[in-house]
Amino acid sequence: MKARKWLGLFVASLVVWILLAGATWEELILGTIVSAVVAFVFGQSSLYVLNAKWLIRMLLFLIFYLPVFVIELIRANIDVMVRVLHPKLPINPGFVKVPTKLKGDQAKLMLANSITLTPGTITLDADENHLYVHWIDVQRVDGNVNPLAVSEPFERVLGRIFS
Amino acid sequence: MTIIAGGLIIVGGLFYGLGGLGILRMPDVYNRAQAGTKATTLGTLSTILGLMILHPDWIPRLLLIMVFIVVTNPIGSSTLLRNAFIQGVKPVEGTLMDDFSLPSRKEDQA
Amino acid sequence: MMEIIFFVLVALGLASGGYRLMKGPSAFDRIVGLDTVNIILVGVLLVISHLLQSSLYLDIALVFAILAFMETIVFSKYIGGAK
Repeated sequence: MKARKWLGLFVASLVVWILLAGATWEELILGTIVSAVVAFVFGQSSLYVLNAKWLIRMLLFLIFYLPVFVIELIRANIDVMVRVLHPKLPINPGFVKVPTKLKGDQAKLMLANSITLTPGTITLDADENHLYVHWIDVQRVDGNVNPLAVSEPFERVLGRIFS
Repeated sequence: MTIIAGGLIIVGGLFYGLGGLGILRMPDVYNRAQAGTKATTLGTLSTILGLMILHPDWIPRLLLIMVFIVVTNPIGSSTLLRNAFIQGVKPVEGTLMDDFSLPSRKEDQA
Repeated sequence: MMEIIFFVLVALGLASGGYRLMKGPSAFDRIVGLDTVNIILVGVLLVISHLLQSSLYLDIALVFAILAFMETIVFSKYIGGAK
């Protein structure tokens, strides 16, 4: 268990080192030494454990989640662009509590970050079962606020990856 | 290829300008942070994509900057708005807030 | 040509961010302005590294991005937080 913690931190530091310095032999040797020292010193407080399940999850995440995210990001920015350039500034803001079924810190961080970067919403806080969201244009269905419209497109994909 | 890269960089600049315009025109902190965060994140992404086409040998470092900006920018503005809400910064007139309150944490009781 | 258009647009963003930084009604408005100006400056540093053809500026941009994040977090925790 403990060795796994060190390993995760070691691999992460080494990847960052290679991205920064390039992959020549001298840099690789120096990077291995520095990463080992970093992993030894900070290994106790690392939260992530490297194993096959985590790797598969990351791979699924990159393949299935990234396209959804990029499309929503571009839509969000066109939406903001229209609102900012519109002479009358069409906003209808509100604070909304969004229920979520996702468990686990990683999944919830991804959901909160995605909500912040997508059309008209920004996450303020999260607890066990809810996200607290500021919404720039509150949508209503039959006069009632419909909070599920915020998280729906991501929750489907993330729920399948992180379960 | 150079023209596509130049176009991407100009789109990045356009979103930077719009983000600035957004925080100038919006009426309260919450809406300002919305416009600022989203526009500058996509602006940085677009600029970096343009530079990746122009300089293929810089891709690893540009990738690192890109991942860092996309992960940390939303976290920064979330923290900012949460603290603004706790401190009681008033939202603009007509904001919907039927009994909305944030969960209290241990570290807020200091 | 591309650089001129980019820097004109960026100047617009920096000017509005700076205005919000100096004039913002509450302290949090100022932090939003500061955050926006910082991220825009990261983009400017990246384009400068292309204009000068020197990858040294990429490292500066990375460190600047890290410092911008720290600034936002530290300022908002310092002013806000405990009520």
